[in-house]
Amino acid sequence: MTAHGLATQTRPSSRGFRELLKMEERRALRAPVGLLLGVLVPVILLVIFSAIRGLKQPAPGSTLTMFAQYIPVLIGMSVCLIALVSLPIPVVSDRQAGVLRRFATTPAPPSWVLAAQVIVNFALALIAIVILVAGGALFFGVRMPSQLGGFVLAALLCIAAMFGIGLLITSLARSPQVAGVVGTVLLYPLLFFAGMWTPKQNLAPTLQHIGNYTPLDAAVQAMDAAMQGHFPPARPLLVMAAYAVVLGVVAIRLFRWE
Amino acid sequence: MTTTSTPRESVAAVGPMDSAQVVTVDHLRKSYGPGAGVQDVSFRVRQGEIFGIIGPNGAGKTTTVECICGLRIPDSGVIQVLGLDPQVHRAAIRERVGVQLQESALPLFIKVGEALELFASFYPQPADPAELLEALGLTDKRNTYYRRLSGGLKQRLSIALALIGNPQIAILDELTTGLDPQARRDTWELIEHVRDRGVTVILVTHYMDEAERLCDRVLLIDHGAVAALGTPAGLAQSAGGGTHLRFVPSVPFDTRMLTVLPEVTDVAREGQRIRVTGTGDLVGAVVRALEAAGVQARDMQVESATLDDAYVRLTHHLEEAQRP
Repeated sequence: MTAHGLATQTRPSSRGFRELLKMEERRALRAPVGLLLGVLVPVILLVIFSAIRGLKQPAPGSTLTMFAQYIPVLIGMSVCLIALVSLPIPVVSDRQAGVLRRFATTPAPPSWVLAAQVIVNFALALIAIVILVAGGALFFGVRMPSQLGGFVLAALLCIAAMFGIGLLITSLARSPQVAGVVGTVLLYPLLFFAGMWTPKQNLAPTLQHIGNYTPLDAAVQAMDAAMQGHFPPARPLLVMAAYAVVLGVVAIRLFRWE
Repeated sequence: MTTTSTPRESVAAVGPMDSAQVVTVDHLRKSYGPGAGVQDVSFRVRQGEIFGIIGPNGAGKTTTVECICGLRIPDSGVIQVLGLDPQVHRAAIRERVGVQLQESALPLFIKVGEALELFASFYPQPADPAELLEALGLTDKRNTYYRRLSGGLKQRLSIALALIGNPQIAILDELTTGLDPQARRDTWELIEHVRDRGVTVILVTHYMDEAERLCDRVLLIDHGAVAALGTPAGLAQSAGGGTHLRFVPSVPFDTRMLTVLPEVTDVAREGQRIRVTGTGDLVGAVVRALEAAGVQARDMQVESATLDDAYVRLTHHLEEAQRP
């Protein structure tokens, strides 16, 4: 039941893990919260933001239009929703209902349950990002990120950092209701610093400084740089990596099966 | 419950036997704060038997089986399951022990057939899911979602999942709680089938009729300690044994003429009926006494002492002993 106890367990055949992955895919299709967040939300966001006239203007001090500048913010928002809602809530509900307790009596290492859930949600987050970038390029005239490698790295670290927060919620929340409330409360400050409502340069210097160390702000800075053709600066990449590693390790340490 | 069920072994209850012991528990202790958990429990489970663990709510039954299957780490004591330590050989134990626990569930969106396929994939030599579905009467439910199953069907699926890994031991916790009488009886038959397949069954229950009907031996736990261990019939005997006799007298009579009989230990009124408890040739003695007094006994029922009597007496006794 504890991480310590799991370490001594020998691994049964990988067929078990593939079946568990299949179960999580079924969950994603039959209780499609994650699918709605991963596919529908990005589409809606693209349509809404493309309808705002002023966003077609070039952004001040940038080579991008204001709409293009919003693409990283929308990516941040989609990843955020998947990480804070679709990732933790099924595991927390399963734990509350006794599903994890049921799995704990089988030879399947309970870490597999978490891993399968992470993999499926990772796929959902990638789908959301592809929809936003490719959709923006195909239908709304946004240029593809000219520093593609840097952009992919920034996007992957964005997912990893946000999943760190999501996994911590998974470990700590006793009920899906608590997980939902915590996720919602975190969502707004994260989006605020990411520039959802006002560009970051409009904020007071202290707030800008704080923002540098929030994961979504770092993600937007890194992706924005890559869209303008630069490799992302080190600080936002390191900030995201730190969230991913520190919170991920703490979350796995604190994880309980009932 | 009119007669004591036939025990499969009627004599010795405790002590070494020729058959192999598949579970040994020695001085298990696991506490969750004062009064809760298990204080000191020792017992052996023999290969091929149905071993019952009974006791009041909170007595430590579930904690004991959770320690056996390695879900909880004991504070002290030694547990061996098939010769292995559940804490050290977690995976090996899980491959050989099928478990159905209280308060466990499956994801709501999963279908019966999918659940069996999924669980089968966790084991090196699983049973055939289709065959197991057939044996448990779930074949026509294989495409039904878990959330649509009735309580009885969920329990059957739960048994199927406990057996899918071809276990040597099946631990079934509060299997029939919340089931209707027919479903309970069906479940009992299933458990006997499971044993007939050569699986040792550890059955946790708080229903005495269930333990009496199914179990070869019964462990009674109360307040985290062993209160008694033996065959259901043996326990019933040891707790005073004897016979209950119930009848409706044709005319009122003075019950003292029964209490003076040497065979009679107790006489009580239950509404219209008289209940006589005693030993030896109780029926003969009572009938002769009634005949002599010109009283006819109608609706006479004879009951051997049951596990229920033993349970009430033993748990009650412990409570009194623990009173300051």
